[in-house]
Amino acid sequence: MPEVLQAPLVVEFPFTRSLGPVQSAFLTGLRERVVLGVRTGDGRTLVPPVEYDPVTAEEIRDLVEVAPTGTVTTWAWNHEPRRGQPLGTPFAWVLVRLDGADTALLHALDAPGPVAVRTGMRVRIRWAEERTGAITDIACFEPYDGEPGQPGGHAGEFEDPLTGIVAPARLDYTYSPGRAQSAYIHALSEQRTVGERCPSCRKVYVPPRGACPTCGVATAEQVEVGPRGTVTTFCIVNIKARNLDIEVPYVYAHIALDGADLALHARIGGIPYDQVRMGQRVEPVWTEGARYPDHYRPTGEPDADYDTYKELL
Amino acid sequence: MTREIAVVAFAQTDHRRSTEESSEVEMLMPVLHDVLQQTGLKTADIGFTCSGSSDYLAGRAFSFTLALDGVGAWPPVSESHVEMDGAWALYEAWTKLLTGDADTALVYSYGKSSPGSVRDVLTRQLDPYYVAPLWPDSVALAALQAQALMDAGHTDEPALAAVGARSRAAAAANPHAQLKGRTPQGDYIVRPLRTGDCPPVGDGAAAVILAAGERARQLCERPAWIRGIDHRIEAHGLGVRDLTDSPSTRLAAEHAGVFERPVDTAELHAPFSAQEVLLRRVLRLGDDVRVNPSGGALAANPVMAAGLIRIGEAAARIHRGASDRALAHATSGPCLQQNLVAVLEGDPR
Ligand SMILES: [Zn+2]
Repeated sequence: MPEVLQAPLVVEFPFTRSLGPVQSAFLTGLRERVVLGVRTGDGRTLVPPVEYDPVTAEEIRDLVEVAPTGTVTTWAWNHEPRRGQPLGTPFAWVLVRLDGADTALLHALDAPGPVAVRTGMRVRIRWAEERTGAITDIACFEPYDGEPGQPGGHAGEFEDPLTGIVAPARLDYTYSPGRAQSAYIHALSEQRTVGERCPSCRKVYVPPRGACPTCGVATAEQVEVGPRGTVTTFCIVNIKARNLDIEVPYVYAHIALDGADLALHARIGGIPYDQVRMGQRVEPVWTEGARYPDHYRPTGEPDADYDTYKELL
Repeated sequence: MTREIAVVAFAQTDHRRSTEESSEVEMLMPVLHDVLQQTGLKTADIGFTCSGSSDYLAGRAFSFTLALDGVGAWPPVSESHVEMDGAWALYEAWTKLLTGDADTALVYSYGKSSPGSVRDVLTRQLDPYYVAPLWPDSVALAALQAQALMDAGHTDEPALAAVGARSRAAAAANPHAQLKGRTPQGDYIVRPLRTGDCPPVGDGAAAVILAAGERARQLCERPAWIRGIDHRIEAHGLGVRDLTDSPSTRLAAEHAGVFERPVDTAELHAPFSAQEVLLRRVLRLGDDVRVNPSGGALAANPVMAAGLIRIGEAAARIHRGASDRALAHATSGPCLQQNLVAVLEGDPR
């Protein structure tokens, strides 16, 4: 069995999120070094604030400032910080109930070691130097044994309040396509196209995924297909895709390779776009060092009879 | 009249740290064939198919559609998917059978954690405004809960170590488990949780077949009847919740009928040792109840399948006569945020 392929796969996206009135006030407040909670109908103060009471589902909008000092309600010592976490040096994860609040906020506590941390210890906010209106405007908490902080009575009205945040996310993977697709990609590097035949219905799938979607059984028998094939259907692309260096208009087609029972899709080149037709016979064009055909071009053979490919449309 | 619905077959993969040689569908297919073979059913005989998985594990959108190749989705089948543990897919299939729209259902779920870092992947399910930007990983959040339980006097580090040791000892008899036998308690990952308090990271899949009424009796000698099943969720804000309690589990258990009569077996989805301590208390499980005879999630925790496996393991004990009334529990989200509880019973002997 050929080696199973692997490649790094990074999924990265800057999620743009809009804020409701309560989240907007809270995050704008952090930018201005003000911590806001929201008061529920039964008089509790939730920090961080939410727009709906988690118990009654009642809409809540009554903003109230709380102190930048508080008490640790539980903690966990993180001796190996991971990417994206608030501190690069060992720290404690903490839930902190700020003075004036009835619920706790999750954040990091900068402390010299686990012996310096306990439930019930007093802490205060250490503000980030540059603040943009994000939970990370709190750089972390730090131990504090002074008097409770005094909230300034801020009502949550700000000039220039935030309306949205950008929350970047990134996850790193090592992608492995599994046995069947690895074999397909290996063969492509030798400019061959291989599919797999279903042991039950005898159909040949290209590219193979290791299973017959009709019979639900594993496919294993490799079958070389093509290189020539028949255009079963096509479309004309008139809008240039970003980062794609192909002149428009061009033709994108479904191509049934000879011996395959499933059409794959590819670009048609070497012919004006308005001369591509169903039934046209085509062959792959490889460029030096490429891992897959750059495009397909007409072979010059007579067109295939409709009956030979109508099942593959 | 309410229909009686039972689990009539269960299968799972051997759970392993990595299955890079197989795609998801290649990993899943043997399990699907196994449950079908146990019942003698063919894909075409199945009335409804429901699956659970997560795109975030695979790093690809709509990844579950490829897994459908393993089911044989042509001619068209009646199918649904939940972006959750397969236990919730089973709940959907159960409601479908209750309506009378189908007599049999295939439920499967799978997860490959090996392509990514599951600790980081799970941060993406957290509140995106206040929590996710801090990237608190799944072990860190479980550690906060463990410390809260210790502060409340409900457990301590030796008691947690005993949970891990008992789970892996029980798993020695489970051919599918990933971690089994004597395993060292290890170093802290995030204090107070050590390696031994945390689940192994692994890949795996599971499948069950449900059937209604007489159909269940035809397909299985001793069906595991679902006497009750319910799931509940708590506030997403961790600081709003009392992390030493699990009111959602308690409520789901009440609605599922757990407290009406004692159970002899409990398969609890507790990926972290401290969560088992909490669940035992909330579910009022005495020392006479066999808890996680399979080894539980501390022995194998394929994300998205581990909850369905709890239902499957509980059902399999009823099938083979090792249990008469079993509780199965599944969880999802940080610190037991969402909980599903089912009660399974065999016919009287
Ligand atoms: Zn087939």
